[in-house]
Amino acid sequence: MNNRLNKPSFSTIMLWAGMFFLYAPMFILVFYSFNESKLVTVWGGFSAKWYGELFRDEQILDAVWTSLKVAFFASTMAVILGTMAAFVMTRFARSWGRMTLSNMITAPLVMPEVITGLSLLLLFVHMADLFGWPAERGMLTVWIAHSTFCAAYVAVVVSSRLRELDMSIEEAAQDLGATPLKTFFYITVPMISPALIAGWLLSFSLSLDDLVIASFASGPGATTLPMVVFSSVRMGVSPKINALATLIILMVSLIAFISWYMARRADKRSRMASD
Amino acid sequence: MKKNPLKLLFPKGRFWTIGIPYFWLLMFFALPFAIVLKISLSTPAIAIPPYEALYQYADESLHILLNLGNYLLVFQDSLYVNAYLGSLKMAFITTIGCLLLGYPMAYAIARAPKQHQTVLILLVMLPSWTSFLIRVYAWMGILSNNGVINNVLMWLGVISDPIQMLNTNFAVYIGIIYTYLPFMILPLYANLSQLDGSLLEAAADLGSRSLNTFWKITLPLSKGGVIAGSMLVFIPVVGEFVIPELLGGPDSLMIGKVLWQEFFNNRDWPVASSLAIVMLGLLIIPITLFHRYQSKSMEKTV
Repeated sequence: MNNRLNKPSFSTIMLWAGMFFLYAPMFILVFYSFNESKLVTVWGGFSAKWYGELFRDEQILDAVWTSLKVAFFASTMAVILGTMAAFVMTRFARSWGRMTLSNMITAPLVMPEVITGLSLLLLFVHMADLFGWPAERGMLTVWIAHSTFCAAYVAVVVSSRLRELDMSIEEAAQDLGATPLKTFFYITVPMISPALIAGWLLSFSLSLDDLVIASFASGPGATTLPMVVFSSVRMGVSPKINALATLIILMVSLIAFISWYMARRADKRSRMASD
Repeated sequence: MKKNPLKLLFPKGRFWTIGIPYFWLLMFFALPFAIVLKISLSTPAIAIPPYEALYQYADESLHILLNLGNYLLVFQDSLYVNAYLGSLKMAFITTIGCLLLGYPMAYAIARAPKQHQTVLILLVMLPSWTSFLIRVYAWMGILSNNGVINNVLMWLGVISDPIQMLNTNFAVYIGIIYTYLPFMILPLYANLSQLDGSLLEAAADLGSRSLNTFWKITLPLSKGGVIAGSMLVFIPVVGEFVIPELLGGPDSLMIGKVLWQEFFNNRDWPVASSLAIVMLGLLIIPITLFHRYQSKSMEKTV
């Protein structure tokens, strides 16, 4: 009854049009990655040869490895920082300190990337000037930069989960003599683990994706995959990048599917437990 | 008995829980901005790093030299002023575009059966998880002169010569709306899915027509979501660099691109810093709006 009044037709049409808009470019990209022709947009027959070329490209392989390492360590650090911040934001009394912390941690969510990148680079240059560290920019500085902005996303995801939690279980554990630390690791962490995993995966994909901040924070020793892709794309469209893009789309879809499946399973389990 | 030493431990744990993220953010988020501010007030120089110190201590006197020239340059040079105006215009138009396309989508998802909602939202978010660079790149292949759109149009006989789409402002609009659409839909969906359906029923029972109900009830109630989504699009677009660089032409002047060039190509760090500071100044109102909405919605869930 409601549906008829809310003009479902228009919004539903828009939904499918929007979905088409979101997915059509990616399908076209995947399709053309199997193009035999060297010209990206002229169809020259089906071939997987660009995938072969891709796996022979040392520069790209190096960059993939660098990106994966940075993303792994940055998302781990982001989960630690973000969870601590989320804990402070939800469990500690409202205070000036809590306010500034929650403002600082969520600020990178909206800050234009060029500003974040520029300011971090200037910080690293200053620190190197003052006490010789970091001597040169590389993986470590990119790691610091990525940890900082990914922590913002983790804090948002984890704090919304912490707010939904039934605090009486934690209180019961503490009444039975568990230390706050023990309570946290044995009670709180298992209960928020879906949010921790989601935050980690989100950070991982954000770090893999970041071009602007990495360009500012990295030095000659550490070129991440987006930096390689950007410089090659700037030269023009290349079929090798189509193949690479297809692999990235495939991997991300897989991760998204797994995390969706795990979230659904956790949801079902908790519903069964509460029944 | 056993509790006493543990109680003593608690403040310590508390100290570290606040202290570690606090220190990290002060160090790697707050301090960098102070440094940008400092460098924006210094004089450019041909040196490493390419600017002069703000203060000098010589002959028992401290000289503090604040150079406002960078800011004067930013406000007087029409290149920079036009870049700021271009960015604001681009951000404004793309925010409206995302809103017009995203609102009905979020509305349709919020009205869908409960078990479909998570899948639909996941489908909307999925593209934004894949590399955004690659999605912008996909549009290069679609919009170029021998790209998919021009090929299809020529094959259909609609046009005889390709339309120039890549390297124009049109391409930048498409690319930005495409990239930022999910960031508009997500807060709108979060807001609309909490909308109390009984209000809509009441309006219908009282004889309100659907369009009227939408304007008088749904839209005002979703104001928070509209603001959050718009700010989530508007703010980053102002500083956008990659999309205008790849899809835009020489006439698509945006401040993020200019800042990047000043910093990396001209190596004028003080001017780049003042460009960043002025950009932050322009964004203070939208950023405060976003924060107010966010802290409000966080309190609501408590």
